[in-house]
Amino acid sequence: MWGAFHSIGRGLLWAVLGFAVGAGGLAIVRLLTGHSAWSFEASFSLGYLGALAGWLMGVGMWERWGRTWFGLPAAGEGPHDWRRYLTFTTDHKVIGIQYLVTFIAVFLLSGLLAMLIRVQMLDPVHPLLDPGTYNRVMSMHGILMIAVAVAAIIGGFGNYVIPLLIGAEDMAFPRLNALSYWLIPPVAILLLLSQAFGGWDSGWTAYAPLSERNASGQVLFNLAIITFGLSSILGGLNFIATIIHLRARGMGWARLPIFAWAIFITSWIALLYTQFFAAALLMVQLDRIAGTSFFKSAAGGAPLLYQHIFWFYSHPAVYVMALPAFGIVLEILPHFARKPLFAYRWAIAGFLGILLMSGGVWAHHMFVAGMSETLLAPFLVTTEIISIPTGLVFLSALGTIWMGRLWLRPPMLFALGMIFNFLIGGITGIFLADVPTDIALHDTYFVVAHFHYTIVGGEIFALFAALYYWFPKMTGRLYHERLAQLHFWLMLIGFNGTFLPMFWLGLHGMNRRIATYPVQLQGVNEVVSLMAFLLGLSFVFFVANMGYALLRGPKAAANPWAARTLEWQVASPPPLENFPRPPVVTGHPYDYGVPGSAHGVIPREGAAGTLA
Amino acid sequence: METTTHPVAATPADRLAINQLGLWLFFASEAMLFAAFITARFYLVGVWRPATVNEPLGAAMTLALLLSSALAYRGLRAFQRGDRPTALRSLRGTLLLGCLFVVGVIIEWSTAEFSIVSPYGTAFFSTTGLHVAHLISGLIILALVSRLVRSGHLSPERPWGVLAAVRYWTFVDALWVLVIYPVLYLL
Repeated sequence: MWGAFHSIGRGLLWAVLGFAVGAGGLAIVRLLTGHSAWSFEASFSLGYLGALAGWLMGVGMWERWGRTWFGLPAAGEGPHDWRRYLTFTTDHKVIGIQYLVTFIAVFLLSGLLAMLIRVQMLDPVHPLLDPGTYNRVMSMHGILMIAVAVAAIIGGFGNYVIPLLIGAEDMAFPRLNALSYWLIPPVAILLLLSQAFGGWDSGWTAYAPLSERNASGQVLFNLAIITFGLSSILGGLNFIATIIHLRARGMGWARLPIFAWAIFITSWIALLYTQFFAAALLMVQLDRIAGTSFFKSAAGGAPLLYQHIFWFYSHPAVYVMALPAFGIVLEILPHFARKPLFAYRWAIAGFLGILLMSGGVWAHHMFVAGMSETLLAPFLVTTEIISIPTGLVFLSALGTIWMGRLWLRPPMLFALGMIFNFLIGGITGIFLADVPTDIALHDTYFVVAHFHYTIVGGEIFALFAALYYWFPKMTGRLYHERLAQLHFWLMLIGFNGTFLPMFWLGLHGMNRRIATYPVQLQGVNEVVSLMAFLLGLSFVFFVANMGYALLRGPKAAANPWAARTLEWQVASPPPLENFPRPPVVTGHPYDYGVPGSAHGVIPREGAAGTLA
Repeated sequence: METTTHPVAATPADRLAINQLGLWLFFASEAMLFAAFITARFYLVGVWRPATVNEPLGAAMTLALLLSSALAYRGLRAFQRGDRPTALRSLRGTLLLGCLFVVGVIIEWSTAEFSIVSPYGTAFFSTTGLHVAHLISGLIILALVSRLVRSGHLSPERPWGVLAAVRYWTFVDALWVLVIYPVLYLL
């Protein structure tokens, strides 16, 4: 049993050695230049670089990859049982499940922090937590959920599904893929460890100058997020190469399933913009440990620069969260409406439009930050314009449902829930894009409600849609239908009950990121908290259902949804090499009800290229 | 370089095309990181720079990098022809010039008359520091690849390691010659 943890144990051991090398190397340089050997923030940062390298090599990168750099033969894949989930494995299906399990665990953990926040908000006079602790809890909830939003769908379903969906054997760079996943555990360890060094109370946004003055926990946060960004970049790079080069024969760009399109566009955003978050935090780090003054106004630096660089990534990042969600919803709708996807090409045009515009709207987060007033109107206009391509995607979803015979199974319920929630999230966004209303609403619960509607109501609902859709494929088992429906209705009611009143609270002046609020808002806050607990409760049914399905669930057929896309044409779960022979694509993926049409076929043995 | 026990169905030619695309994507991403630091330079001090920037040293370092890239290219071509001695000689020359550049940075840092605390110093030390970190990683990669060429693990039939290392080196050089040097020394 414990032998299964061999790789992870060796990774941890090498990490400790790597830390000693990094911090020790710095100590020598510091002693030679007449400083003390140890300075926590600098020594920890250098030590971490060594520890990260040690961890990756120890956990399996050395055996599978590093040896070839020295002309030594690389080790092969380990045993093909459950133990490979704990090793540096290159199979995209294993990596997808590693991501999913990790991020669902993070999601549930961070959800518990949200419950804690709602307990706090029950009583504004005698709150549970002191303001400092509250800020640290709120910050931790924020960054963990951002990580889930950025990586759960792309890392989980992107990895598991994309190669199957496009008829490939694996990703373009399987070892890089494993590397992307194994960069995640150090992120988690750093974020937890940071609490031992005073934590950080600067929110997930880590605005300078606060992030330059608070406790040393901030340094661990910076290192964690820079690492996480690297994982995100390498993942994006891998998806772009995979989708360009490894599509099955006959799968032109106009036959590419819409989820693959969404991941393709998202990957470009992740590849190009993520560096700016890393850069912003690296500058904070340099200000703290190397004596630069990027954001120190007393020395001629500019705190506002932080916000520009940060939002230049973090606004496009909302599309990294939203586009895969829309990809999933558009992927699921045709199968459950039994209709072709409406306006497929317009939806792709919408994705492309979002990609092109995503880098030109960031300063709408900064209307009250004190930037030049000449920038207000241009960013108002670009922000309003980007809702047009988003609208194209939305209309594609509505058109697919229109006049369809909807099959209301759990994936479809969650997809429809996503459309409903995102509509509210989108419409309330207009008030935050317009300068006059935003000045009044900035930093109130109106903003909290808005982005939870887009990210939780939008993306997390899509995440569960995907989970209930592909679960039979991934595990070969069926979940309990009624429990899944109960999860959906409790989540929908709990979610809307929690966040709809928050718009009202924001309009009545309740500030976000504050440990307390005006007493006259207590009644509504109690309702919000109770609904939040209901929302939390819904996931108990989800976890119970997953446990039941994995242990006792009936065997799933290869294609329980009678879907046309390639991943459903192989066994559940798919064999190691995905397809017995490379599939051939002959038609559009979503032509439900079109007589005589087929999306793709797996040629019979010895008859490659002919129709089965 | 790319061999797994769970192979991707692709011919060697496809494999090379996939690897090259991956490398270009990586360059695009890294370029954005430098773009952020260049942006900071203009945001903090505009086009101003102190008169004490060591222009002759900067020009000498730039020249060293230009020469090193030319040598790396010569090494790559020799390697592709199968002329291993010339390839190894050229790569060694590249390494030497790269090390000279690092020495240049050390001299620059220890003699600079502006402080790291000043806004220009902030931009200067952070951008050159980020660049020299990339450059040192390039030196390590070139050294490893040279070893693999000498031992015969990389050959004209399996060129990816050399191709990638030389391309990365050229990318890091181009960042300096085309962007960092003009922005920090010439404006």
